[in-house]
Amino acid sequence: MCAVGSPCVCVCVCVCDEQLSRSVCRSTSRSWTCHTRSSLQLSLPLSLPLSLSLSLSHHPSLSPSLSLSLSHHPSLSPSLSLALPLSLPVSLYFSPSLFCSPSLSPSLSGLSLSLSLSLSLTPRLLRPHSPQPSDKSRTNMTENGLLHPERVLTLDTMNPNIKRVEYAVRGPIVQRAMQLEKELQEGVKKPFTEVIKANIGDCHAMGQQPITFFRQVLALCSYPELLNDNKFPEDAKDRARRILQACGGGSIGAYSASQGIELVRQDVSRYIVRRDGGVPSNPDNIYLSTGASDAIATMLKLLVSGEGPTRTGVMISIPQYPLYSAALADLGAIQINYYLDESNNWSLAVGELRRALEAARKHCNPRALCVINPGNPTGQVQSRQCIEDVIRFAAEENLFLMADEVYQDNVYAEGCQFHSFKKVLFEMGPKYSEKVELASFHSTSKCYMGECGFRGGYMEVINLDPAVKAQLTKLVSVRLCPPVPGQALLDLVVNPPQPDEPSYSTFMNERTAVLAALAEKARMTEEILNKVPGIRCNPVQGAMYSFPQIQIPHKAIEEAKEKGQAPDMFYCMTLLDEMGICVVPGSGFGQRDGTYHFRMTILPPTDKLKIFLAKVKEFHQRFTERYS
Amino acid sequence: VDSVTGEESVQRMMAEKVLTVDTMNSCVKKVEYAVRGPIVLRAVQIEKELKEGVQKPFSEVIKANIGDAHAMGQQPITFFRQVLAMCSYPELLDDDRFPEDAKGRARRILQGCGGQSIGAYSASQGIECVRQDVARYVERRDGGVPSDPDNIYLTTGASDGIVTMLKLLVAGEGRSRTGVMISIPQYPLYSAALAELGAVQVNYFLNEERCWSLDVSELRRALADARRHCNPRALCIINPGNPTGQVQSRQCIEDVIRFAAKERLFLMADEVYQDNVYAEGCEFHSFKKVLFEMGPEFSSTVELASFHSTSKCYMGECGFRGGYMEVVNMDPEVKAQLTKLVSVRLCPPVPGQALMDLVVNPPQPGEPSYSTFIRERKATLSSLAERARLTEQILNTVPGIACNPVQGAMYSFPRVTLPARAIREAEERGQAPDMFYCMKLLEETGICLVPGSGFGQRDGTFHFRMTILPPTDKLKILLSKVKDFHQRFIQQYS
Repeated sequence: MCAVGSPCVCVCVCVCDEQLSRSVCRSTSRSWTCHTRSSLQLSLPLSLPLSLSLSLSHHPSLSPSLSLSLSHHPSLSPSLSLALPLSLPVSLYFSPSLFCSPSLSPSLSGLSLSLSLSLSLTPRLLRPHSPQPSDKSRTNMTENGLLHPERVLTLDTMNPNIKRVEYAVRGPIVQRAMQLEKELQEGVKKPFTEVIKANIGDCHAMGQQPITFFRQVLALCSYPELLNDNKFPEDAKDRARRILQACGGGSIGAYSASQGIELVRQDVSRYIVRRDGGVPSNPDNIYLSTGASDAIATMLKLLVSGEGPTRTGVMISIPQYPLYSAALADLGAIQINYYLDESNNWSLAVGELRRALEAARKHCNPRALCVINPGNPTGQVQSRQCIEDVIRFAAEENLFLMADEVYQDNVYAEGCQFHSFKKVLFEMGPKYSEKVELASFHSTSKCYMGECGFRGGYMEVINLDPAVKAQLTKLVSVRLCPPVPGQALLDLVVNPPQPDEPSYSTFMNERTAVLAALAEKARMTEEILNKVPGIRCNPVQGAMYSFPQIQIPHKAIEEAKEKGQAPDMFYCMTLLDEMGICVVPGSGFGQRDGTYHFRMTILPPTDKLKIFLAKVKEFHQRFTERYS
Repeated sequence: VDSVTGEESVQRMMAEKVLTVDTMNSCVKKVEYAVRGPIVLRAVQIEKELKEGVQKPFSEVIKANIGDAHAMGQQPITFFRQVLAMCSYPELLDDDRFPEDAKGRARRILQGCGGQSIGAYSASQGIECVRQDVARYVERRDGGVPSDPDNIYLTTGASDGIVTMLKLLVAGEGRSRTGVMISIPQYPLYSAALAELGAVQVNYFLNEERCWSLDVSELRRALADARRHCNPRALCIINPGNPTGQVQSRQCIEDVIRFAAKERLFLMADEVYQDNVYAEGCEFHSFKKVLFEMGPEFSSTVELASFHSTSKCYMGECGFRGGYMEVVNMDPEVKAQLTKLVSVRLCPPVPGQALMDLVVNPPQPGEPSYSTFIRERKATLSSLAERARLTEQILNTVPGIACNPVQGAMYSFPRVTLPARAIREAEERGQAPDMFYCMKLLEETGICLVPGSGFGQRDGTFHFRMTILPPTDKLKILLSKVKDFHQRFIQQYS
């Protein structure tokens, strides 16, 4: 459309049709040259309301300002003209009321309007790369004075903590994957026909089927008329009635108590008692949440205080699930890294905890220790002994324990077993079980159900100071309540069909099938990846991810650095662009300096996962050859 | 002896918690949320006592503390729930008990979901087809003012969107700390969020004498005062008003926009009650529509975030935590930061997103569910209008209670005149006088209202907030009990 190098303005005039739902665009484009004032005259039969879109290409150093006038039928009020400094692209909208009082409401369609635009382009002030914090407001003025009439909220004036938040699982690589998918849909030729996403633990998106019983009950809760339908088994109806009776007005559309529906909390409590071999659990200590993420962020929020060297520090594993680093950045807390031992199957060594803690005490006040078991992204399952050691360490060092146990049903490796922190804590006797403060987290998103979209979850708090607990209850009340459909689903997870109930066998079949398939895929992933020279992968003992270490050739590292990318980001981007495979670079989770990894989920269906792994193998070999 | 003290000190050490009220986040301590505060906790306790057979001067607790329509007996919209049932259990799509339009909606929503399941995560900004439907709804509502689905963020109820926007806005320390202007009386989500974020709350008072209207001169006063100690950057408006029930005039909205433009304030328009307008001559005008009708001088510059929810209006589906916000004129770099921030929480609950889609894309004329839908919708809204009128009328017959018309939303916020002796007694107990009043009302009549002090009010005035949501017959009982109680209370303390 435009001559290369010369600034070009595209003006798009949109006229809304009578339903106001669709707009017809008439585009015209004119070219301007730098530093000159040009004007564009358009005379079109227009009707109101009217939308104008203006975009400018080849403008890296130009700041446009625009004056515009619209003239029309003389019986209406005077013509409109304005002069604005603009940042393009911009959409301008003209409503009928600009031209006449709404009360007159004459028929405005079929009016003939003429539009004249004149645009002047002046060299734009270059934006300083990293403004000094003290100069913030002034910088904003000079920078935006010409660019845009001083936006209130800019990158320089926004919450600085938010800028530090990073969340790789949905970061640039995923955005690129979505773009590729769009391009494929539009028929753009690629060396692959589909993008396989293994970036996020999203089971249903990967084709896993929901548990029938759960969805039957949820349908009954959504539309209770179905309770009169004989197509649903009695146990599903009973569960639905029970949940509805616990809801205000018998509707899942009512707010629940902020801590969660009492009945659901009781069921959660009973589930924990069963799981932990009789260790007591109090429904008052259960807080239902909007997925586990919500509860984790809430607990961290309670813990954050102090300034400078007294600022709260929180110990998290490296590699970690980036929710933790993101929440800590958001809260302005200090992240204290302790490294998992990759050579020892990502196990946690108390010696490393001690090292990390001592180093941190020099500059902050470490108060909490977060453990993810089974591990995300590392897939290890902690031994009972190790959990005991961690608890002892937390007790000695006065640390609040946070146990992220959302993968508690996802244990595949022989000889591995899930032990909850709470159970081990109570088995260690009152010296610990009456002292150590613990919050443990669970969710409806993982395990065999994989119901991520419902955002169901809970946390259990142990030994929490009653006054703090009151503060926690108050804090969660501000958000009113977790989503009730998610609470209902959680209730089903902790109270599934029992052996004497009609839905039991189907439920067990479905559950076993999902978990067996995951175990098979965990095994397969490890096996195939370990056959690739330059990829080394620990067994996926549990959870839903493999976090293999990859050897990246020097030349590739150099090239990545030139591009300003982390080497594993460069690797994953290339993998995505060449093979259509989306995995998340290890740098998004943290890793020892000089090592590179990626995280992939084991969730694609077996046949797809095989293709996926074969592609990774092929790519890695090609990539290594290319850069050596 | 030494060893004993040593052991004792160890014991004390052992007993000392990591997390105590003294060592916890001090901002969280400052958070207050009266709508679910002590009075509600007491109401829940009384309900338990009643169940256990404890004798009280009443047989049930009537809760008019919170805008929870279904809990008060309002029935869900059939069409919405049919579609949600099918989305939950897609086998029902083969059932011929459901109308075709409901099936069509369910299929469309499921196609927008990963793996065609509402159990999959959605995009963090929300399902794309839902955002498109929201944008089309906004365009229809605003008479054609364009809306871009990229500017729509689905949320976990409106509260989530509001808190997220406030979080983006908070920066600086001391005198450069972000200040946010909120109305007094306000919905306490705002004060709670500002306390939690450590932002400065800048109060502007609504004019009770003029039906809780907003005067720009009062905005100007509040802003000038605030500029001495903080950096006011945002202005929050609730329209229709919570807890005050007023509906802002178009002129007033224009004035507010002009003020925000002139004073460079980010506008936050809480419009969750947009369908709840009852009074004759009142009409809902969205801030976005008015902004765009004011011409490009404003519409291409004023930064605005507006909020909507599935919890109010005629549907009252609070439990689903559905909602959206639309951002206008947001700096593209800030928008990228917003998108990143919401991605950390993965996505808003998908059932709530599905419900939001139905609210913005309800049955159309010609579709089989249309007439039922319209009938249900109308019945709810006209009954609310009737209850709004009834509430105002009955409360105003009580000497010592003065109540503005409930033009919209779901609440009445009457002013109560309390005798000096009652005020003194409350103060002796360390209670706010209206808390003392409401507590006593609860204990004697079983009626649960929220004291005005939880929303803010001019010094020396006292109010309570009550919802108009109890069914008409129950509402009548509630109002006559309030009347009796108030007269008794006045007698007792004068």
